[in-house]
Amino acid sequence: MRPPTGRIAGAVLLAFILSGCSGVQSALDPKGPAAVELARLIWFFTVLCAIVWVLVMGTIAAILLRRRQRRSDPLRIDQPEERMVSRVVISAVGATAFVLVALTLLSFFANRTLAGIGENAGLTIRVTGHQWWWEVRYENAEPSRILTTANEIHIPAGEAVRFVLQSDDVIHSFWVPALHGKLDLIPGMVNTLTLRADKPGIYRGQCAEFCGAQHAHMATLVIAEPRAEFDAWYAEQLKPAAEPSSDEQRAGHDAFLNGPCVMCHRIQGTPAGAVTGPDLTHIGGRQTLAAGTLKMTRGNLAAWIADPQGIKPGSKMPVMDLDGDELNAIVAYLESLK
Amino acid sequence: MSSADLAPKPEGILDTELDAESLRHRLAETWKTQSGLFGVLSSVDHKVIARRYLITALVFLCLGGLSAVAMRVQLSGPERGLIGPDLYNQLFTMHGVTMMFLFAVPIVQAVGLYLVPLMVGTRNTAFPRLSAFSYWIYLSGGVFVWVSFFLNMGPDIGWFAYVPLSGPEFAPGKRADVWAQMITYTEVSSLAVAVATIVTILKQRAPGMSLDRIPLFVWAMLVTSFVVVFAMPSVMIASSFLILDRLVGTHIFNPAEGGDALIFQHLFWFFGHPEVYIIFLPATGMVSAMVPAFAGRPIFGYLALVLSLIAVGILSFGLWVHHMFATGLPKLGASFFTASSMLIAIPNGVQIFCWLATLWSGGPLRLKTPLLFVFGFFFIFVAGGLTGVMLASVPLDLQVHDTYFVVAHFHYVLIGGSVFPLLGATYYWFPKLTGRMMSERLGRWHFWLAFIGFNAAFFPMHIVGLWGMPRRVYTYPVELGWGGINLFITAGALVFFFSFVLFVINLVWSSRHGETASENPWNAGTLEWATSSPPASYNFARIPVVTHSEPLWAERKALPVAAGLRVDAREVLISTVAEAKPDLREKSARPSIWPLFAALSVGGTFLGSIFTPWAVVWGAPPIAISLIGWFWPKGAPEDEE
Amino acid sequence: MKSRILLLLLCVAFPIAACEREERNTRPDPTLGSGGQGVPVTTLAPGGERPAISDTKASEFEGNAYHLSEGKRLFDWFNCSGCHANGGGGMGPALMDDKWIYGGSIESIHATIRDGRPNGMPSFRDRIPDDQIWELAAFVRSLSGNAPKSAAPSRNDNMMAHPSENRLPNATTLGKSP
Repeated sequence: MRPPTGRIAGAVLLAFILSGCSGVQSALDPKGPAAVELARLIWFFTVLCAIVWVLVMGTIAAILLRRRQRRSDPLRIDQPEERMVSRVVISAVGATAFVLVALTLLSFFANRTLAGIGENAGLTIRVTGHQWWWEVRYENAEPSRILTTANEIHIPAGEAVRFVLQSDDVIHSFWVPALHGKLDLIPGMVNTLTLRADKPGIYRGQCAEFCGAQHAHMATLVIAEPRAEFDAWYAEQLKPAAEPSSDEQRAGHDAFLNGPCVMCHRIQGTPAGAVTGPDLTHIGGRQTLAAGTLKMTRGNLAAWIADPQGIKPGSKMPVMDLDGDELNAIVAYLESLK
Repeated sequence: MSSADLAPKPEGILDTELDAESLRHRLAETWKTQSGLFGVLSSVDHKVIARRYLITALVFLCLGGLSAVAMRVQLSGPERGLIGPDLYNQLFTMHGVTMMFLFAVPIVQAVGLYLVPLMVGTRNTAFPRLSAFSYWIYLSGGVFVWVSFFLNMGPDIGWFAYVPLSGPEFAPGKRADVWAQMITYTEVSSLAVAVATIVTILKQRAPGMSLDRIPLFVWAMLVTSFVVVFAMPSVMIASSFLILDRLVGTHIFNPAEGGDALIFQHLFWFFGHPEVYIIFLPATGMVSAMVPAFAGRPIFGYLALVLSLIAVGILSFGLWVHHMFATGLPKLGASFFTASSMLIAIPNGVQIFCWLATLWSGGPLRLKTPLLFVFGFFFIFVAGGLTGVMLASVPLDLQVHDTYFVVAHFHYVLIGGSVFPLLGATYYWFPKLTGRMMSERLGRWHFWLAFIGFNAAFFPMHIVGLWGMPRRVYTYPVELGWGGINLFITAGALVFFFSFVLFVINLVWSSRHGETASENPWNAGTLEWATSSPPASYNFARIPVVTHSEPLWAERKALPVAAGLRVDAREVLISTVAEAKPDLREKSARPSIWPLFAALSVGGTFLGSIFTPWAVVWGAPPIAISLIGWFWPKGAPEDEE
Repeated sequence: MKSRILLLLLCVAFPIAACEREERNTRPDPTLGSGGQGVPVTTLAPGGERPAISDTKASEFEGNAYHLSEGKRLFDWFNCSGCHANGGGGMGPALMDDKWIYGGSIESIHATIRDGRPNGMPSFRDRIPDDQIWELAAFVRSLSGNAPKSAAPSRNDNMMAHPSENRLPNATTLGKSP
């Protein structure tokens, strides 16, 4: 009675599995020691649980294939067989208990390993969750070196980084599967997570706690770079915004400062200083827009500013009344803010 | 003078005074449900109420299923754009709320409501009017939330409604209030049925049905009902606190004013975890009833199974924090819950091994549709249980929490562990309810489509969850490469949905044209098969006396019976709790319209309270009047002491 | 049986009356314009009765819970409290009472925010999109208890400077005998 379709389905699924294992947001493609430990744990548990499942299904197959005598009296029990079956059941229960204790201990040890990974974090990043973007603040003992940016997080590769997680509104969850498990950002609480990326690369993360209309579009890119490049990036980010260098950019700069943009956004080095929306000082240099929703291109930037509600309906950026020239100018200006 | 002379002579006409024919006639008169609208609205017959529950739950299953189909169509490709985020959030909330509160719990309680009095050998549940009241409350709550959905007022905050997202600042309007009050409706309804079930099982068993002879399904309903009694109040507290915060302006969940957002999760999951066992345990009872019938032998390991049921019931209260592993808990506390979540796999494993042992050592297996669903249950539930073991580990959970891996897990355990046994139970007990067998041919088609569709839809979700796809997202980007597997999942989901269409067709067709069923078509051993198909309104002409845990197998020719109950008034036999020695004759309530009025008053109060706290004040008089009408003695024979 | 039919009808029902309070529209209605044109604040006009105010934006925003909640957020984000101090007034007049220098109807408040007023109220015409000005105007109305109780925002998920808007007394009738 076992369905032969099971085997076909299995083959199809295997194809899928092999195709997607590597993925920029996959827990099975770990790039940091925590994620590696977790991936190992996942594989071990999966294989063990699969073996147990196959054993149970094998028993069922044996049950289905077994030849039996008709029972005239349903109440008559064959005592020797009953005793044998009892022994099998008791051993099975014992084996189950043993396996579960082993898995529990394995889990404890994995937990200990994870806790030990980030003991000497040099860099602390405070991530504040908003509906539906990430405010990122690089802490520093020297106040002039504190950096505030949004959505894209650069970290030095190979070093432990501590993330301090808090929320401004509802519960969010910070999750970069290639590097670490997730941890919630809960209003009224501060959670801490330490992770490390072994190699340079781009790792995508996504909010993993339902936080409202645009929970689906609240992603983050964690970009690990070699230390020197990270320091260079950091130094660039600390600088105020680039001055506009062409007429169109100047027009855009003026349109930005005279328009609705300044009500929510900040560009350091200009009078725009609002902090309720993401910081735009170096927006041109980011890889994505709108918390990972769009790739950073001129077209996407224009589309986003022209109609944010069409791309991310429900987000806090309203549709504004801009004519074509103004829009192009603002886009040119923002693109230049690298 | 003998002691018999001292005992007061019973009033009325006793069943000892009548022959079989006139006995049945008199009992039918006394126990009947009136015809017509008034009869329908005032019936307190547990079978009538349970059938209503079953049909209503089936309607909600279809509604919940349609919302799932809508979600899956939207998710079939990246950035599909068919359903916007607002509607999608309402849809997945309605799907969760409908399936958990309006389908799963009511339907298992309804199966219990129907079968428990029949299996323990009594004429009706304890507190029959309370059961009627619970149905009307359930119906009002379900209609309330679905009508709200169509009025664009449906909850959109997830079935779990975490604060602060469901709080006053981030959930404007009345949507979250609808959620909160719907919880209270269904919680009251479940509590009522649970109380009636506990009392029926403990006090109304047939003479001789000592604790070690109680059918396992009845044991499962007893444990489930206790779990309901202890778990449901927790969610009622959570939802009441939420509505107080929203409506009255308390700060229970407001961290800025001394409240705490996380306490909502604790309160919710303290209920939420036992809730899934409320849904699962009765299904294990159904499997425990079907397996011996098909194996043709008594269940292996009766004592182990009973102890497992009780262990699962108790342990289920010690697991709730595993839903909160990502919230930043202290490591020691979280590890405790890893251990307890793994531990509960042991009694579940005991159950599975005992069932397999019974099937192994029984006679030839007739692979009829109920047994097919039992095997489907093994296949799917064991897989789901094993992914549960994976999720129990804190570090592992931190990678897969709130992803499609969890969605896959709980659908495997809930659909495999509860829906498949329920479907099998429908095919198994349909002859008893209606007097007709369901179509075997349609049943086979139904099973294979359901099995294949379910696995095609939900197995790949494990994979896409490990690939990083979070839950509760209305869409996903193209570049992550999840489109193909999601399309496959949607196709599987449509097949699975279609299998339910087949099921409904089978139900409707079989109730008209199904083969006539005998009293005991499966040759099973428990008491419900000793009644006619369908049973008469009074269940048993005389109360059976039980000498074995499988009474119909032990007494092949005729069941011994107890006699001495009145036939001109509704009476049930009360027996002692452990040994089931006959103890008292107790009156059973007559049909009454007051439960309906009480439910409407309570429902109106809940409905009004989402708009103003004054509704509680204005709602109190109608409730008081309904309760007075309910309890006021009406001069019927049942009101006599 | 009848109850079941009723249930089925209700569940299959078309949206009977999509509840106005619950609408969540995030896009401006293109036919109603972006606020460049004047919104009449009175029906008095020289040369005879002016046709009744046909701009329906006011009704779209007034009793809508989502827009009131957004208005509350924007009041905070745009620092209206800087002058109006959570409605109690400071440099600017109080918004919770029934004294309106330039009119207290939602159209008047909208015009005040959009155009600015003498003695310190800046014009936000170029700074805030028109729909958001309507949201703010609707919220300001709620500060004096003039929003429907079922739609007005409830307590903050934060500290509170005054009772939540759905519990604020109506400033027009407060303290006056009926």
